[in-house]
Amino acid sequence: MSEKTEKTDLRLSVFKTYKLYVGGKFPRSESGRVYEVTDSKGNWLANAPQSSRKDARDAVVAARKAFGAWSGATAYNRGQILYRIAEMLEGRREQFVREVADAEGLSKSKAAAQVDAAIDRWVWYAGWTDKISQVVGGANPVAGPFFNLSSPEPTGVVAVVAPQESSFLGLVSVIAPVIATGNTAIVIASEKSPLPALSLGEVLATSDLPGGVVNVLSGRTAEIAAPLAAHQDVNAIDLAGADEVLAKELEIAAADNLKRVLRPQAVDNWSATPGTERMTAFLETKTVWHPTGSLGASGSSY
Amino acid sequence: MPTTASPAHALADVTASDSTLRRFLHGLPGVDAVGLEARAASLGTRSIKTTAKAYAIDLAISMVDLTTLEGADTPGKVRALGAKAVHPDPTDRTAPATAAVCVYPDMVATAKEAVAGSGVKVASVATAFPAGRAALDVKLADVRDAVAAGADEIDMVIDRGAFLAGKYLKVYDEIVAVKEACGTSARLKVIFETGELSTYDNIRRASWVGMLAGADFIKTSTGKVAVNATPANTLLMLEAVRDFRAQTGVQVGVKPAGGIRTTKDAIKFLVLVNETAGEDWLDNHWFRFGASSLLNDLLMQRQKLATGRYSGPDYVTVD
Amino acid sequence: MASVFEYAPAPESRSVVDIAPSYGLFIDGEFVEAADGKVFKTVSPSTEEVLSEVAQAGEADVDRAVKAARKAFEKWSALPGSERAKYLFRIARIIQERSRELAVLETLDNGKPIKETRDADLPLVAAHFFYYAGWADKLDHAGFGANPRPLGVAGQVIPWNFPLLMLAWKIAPALATGNTVVLKPAETTPLSALFFADICRQAGLPKGVVNILPGYGDTGAALVSHPDVNKVAFTGSTAVGKEIARTVAGTRKKLTLELGGKGANIVFDDAPIDQAVEGIVTGIFFNQGQVCCAGSRLLVQESIQDELLDSLKRRLSTLRLGDPLDKNTDIGAINSAEQLARITALTEQGEAEGAERWSPACELPSSGYWFAPTLFTNVTQAHTIARDEIFGPVLSVLTFRTPDEAVAKANNTQYGLSAGIWTEKGSRILAVANKLRAGVVWSNTFNKFDPTSPFGGYKESGFGREGGRHGLEAYLDV
Repeated sequence: MSEKTEKTDLRLSVFKTYKLYVGGKFPRSESGRVYEVTDSKGNWLANAPQSSRKDARDAVVAARKAFGAWSGATAYNRGQILYRIAEMLEGRREQFVREVADAEGLSKSKAAAQVDAAIDRWVWYAGWTDKISQVVGGANPVAGPFFNLSSPEPTGVVAVVAPQESSFLGLVSVIAPVIATGNTAIVIASEKSPLPALSLGEVLATSDLPGGVVNVLSGRTAEIAAPLAAHQDVNAIDLAGADEVLAKELEIAAADNLKRVLRPQAVDNWSATPGTERMTAFLETKTVWHPTGSLGASGSSY
Repeated sequence: MPTTASPAHALADVTASDSTLRRFLHGLPGVDAVGLEARAASLGTRSIKTTAKAYAIDLAISMVDLTTLEGADTPGKVRALGAKAVHPDPTDRTAPATAAVCVYPDMVATAKEAVAGSGVKVASVATAFPAGRAALDVKLADVRDAVAAGADEIDMVIDRGAFLAGKYLKVYDEIVAVKEACGTSARLKVIFETGELSTYDNIRRASWVGMLAGADFIKTSTGKVAVNATPANTLLMLEAVRDFRAQTGVQVGVKPAGGIRTTKDAIKFLVLVNETAGEDWLDNHWFRFGASSLLNDLLMQRQKLATGRYSGPDYVTVD
Repeated sequence: MASVFEYAPAPESRSVVDIAPSYGLFIDGEFVEAADGKVFKTVSPSTEEVLSEVAQAGEADVDRAVKAARKAFEKWSALPGSERAKYLFRIARIIQERSRELAVLETLDNGKPIKETRDADLPLVAAHFFYYAGWADKLDHAGFGANPRPLGVAGQVIPWNFPLLMLAWKIAPALATGNTVVLKPAETTPLSALFFADICRQAGLPKGVVNILPGYGDTGAALVSHPDVNKVAFTGSTAVGKEIARTVAGTRKKLTLELGGKGANIVFDDAPIDQAVEGIVTGIFFNQGQVCCAGSRLLVQESIQDELLDSLKRRLSTLRLGDPLDKNTDIGAINSAEQLARITALTEQGEAEGAERWSPACELPSSGYWFAPTLFTNVTQAHTIARDEIFGPVLSVLTFRTPDEAVAKANNTQYGLSAGIWTEKGSRILAVANKLRAGVVWSNTFNKFDPTSPFGGYKESGFGREGGRHGLEAYLDV
């Protein structure tokens, strides 16, 4: 937006009011608070909503409401929608390059590489939706006349503390694996650089992704994360963007309902091809038994 | 104790037509084969020792339908069988008599003589045993012959072909007709040939057809096919007679036949009776073993309990 | 149950097991006394007879054991997988050889029927070691990338309901993947773990690879909080599981928890009724109901409630309660006075809240800890006995009208370990199984276990899986 101010013609540009993305809608923080977001040099970029505990709670309600349909959608359908997100992003590539460059102080070409990688990441996970079950599930050869099948299922509502530094590629890298498998997410954007995350909400809203599957909150990470970590209707938490002290606090709070916790891991290079760990961290394994015919001991196996 | 099942009033309209009977039979709860066999196997792990074993052995002997159903049966063979049924253990007169001898219709008169005055019944297979493939008139004549010769019990086979073709009412009507031919003097055992019915659901349905038609006993098999009585199919039939009595008040007996050769096996069946149908069936009026070689094993085990030594085949009679 | 066919007593012989008057801790391949000399008694719950006196591990002992395990880790993890496998195969074989002895021992120390230790616990224990033995040299192919590394020292805390089986579930995958172990058995059932220590010696297992520390909760707490433990695995109550999760927060310790449950056993109107009744009985009376995955809530379709309850009550009347060593006993003793008190209190609360209580005529032995099989009808989701884990032979019966209602009620719990479905309709099984939030769903069967089959919970029933390929992940740095 620094570019906007440099315009030489007489037309005054239109600023965007950045809003949260919750339940498929774009509310302001219910607290009415905003905070200043600056670029890497300290120049003002925009005012971002400063979410409250109430916003976090609303986001949980939205994510829970969306979980049934999203987890129940076919894997093929989820894959199509994730791919659609990539398509929509591709069309708004320039906007994201600008926002990422501003947010992370990157050159345009480095920012473009980040955005391209992020788009490609959606494509990568779009292809995973209907394969992960085959990779991590399967039939178990139990010693008896039973059919026994283990399948992965989404954990449920996942709170995601997005990476603080990698405001877009890091963000996409933690959201996509969570929703690819059918979870719904409440994402706390990078505190310092929330604008790419808030803009991503606009893309998600136009990508056939049902409202509530991804909910984006901006604000003070610790303030939003604490109620989410303690929330009894949140099933898991990804601590990617939490520092050591905060991560420990959140992990302790998460124990109250035994949330699945993905501890923060040092990531040098978000561009590297991810493994399956971010998906499996938020999958449960369900094992279903059923009798087969007997082994014919009685001559009557049915 | 009623010796004849009266029409089951609670279920009288079930047999009104082919379709009502089919709907009823197909509405019976399904049978999960693995679960059924697991339950039978689990009851098979009961450990029956000392006094309980002595009781069970005598009870089992008293429940044997000592059977010979060979083309080579002769009067001599049948007489020997009868003598054994009356006094199974020549060295120990305290051994109980068996419940019955079971023979082909033409041997009924001989058998009657052999067991006369002993209380041992004569049972006769009939209805073109074992295939049952004959016209109804022929089958009924077969039954009447046996009854006229003095048979106390008739072991009929159902028309498995009709059953597997879904003509349940035909099966039912035939049993009703045979029952009528038995008159008031002979109790009717209905053999399903469970090995040919193939599925447990069929065995359950056949049990109900038999009971609705007035069977006094339902019986697993002829002993002439590959798979005869098993703990699982007998358990299933015990459940059927238990449920039938609960619904109609009419008690029906059960007779596993074929393949039961050892005391250990027989005791497993008695455990099934005890823990499924209950002690009302622990009596040879309501439970029988169709067997031949089983008796000698029971007698050897009985001798072992009495003397503390293992017996051998030279100490029981061959027939 | 006076019957014309009364089964004579058929006790399994105690002489196959030789219990010493006292046992030490098993650290670094040796039985040693506790540093502070503390001991505790373990009793047979069916008679209250003292079986033995066992050393009680304190913090210093935990430290010693962890050091021994750390020292052993270097060589153990460096062994070729094929060599580790052979140790585990040896252990599996020795367990098979000594299975009657161990079954009797477990029945004495735990109170569960010999029928179960002989036919369920011990065969599964041996099978579990046999299964994971085979993985030890195939980890490259397990789907966790090439050459997955072990974590280090595993601190494991196990419960009293399946003492040796839970030990197998913990130790077999840990050793197969190259970790070393410090395991704390429950204070009421330490003996089979100490016999297992002897099996490790017979198998020639290197010193320090397995260490056994009997003790109470404080011993377990010291173990899971020890800074040099890399992996914590716990099976037990949800309350303790949460405490452990808080303890390891902020560390690099990998955690798996297998906790409580309140499993729903759903019976539809088209169920195979006789097998469903057996499944209900197995579901809640196996091991006196002291099973985390017990089907403690019976959800029966209202239209068949009366019929099913009649069948169930008739069946319960044939259950044989008494001497756990008798081969015909179906229901043994409750594991401890403490557990008996908990069951008693919860059932009293059930009555106070208006549920209708029923038990078959059943004579309880005069000494020991006993509780008759108990059924509660007129139970709703609001009753404590429909929500709290009782961990005893107590079944709460609730009704439902439609499959949707069944699923909603089944899932209406903080737990998510097990569930059962009974119906002859295939599509209904799959649809309902799909919607149940539970880690193990048994359809037309219940309480089946196998070393190849992953086991573990959703929600507050814990996380991580034990058994199968999935069970390796808990012990690998992946």
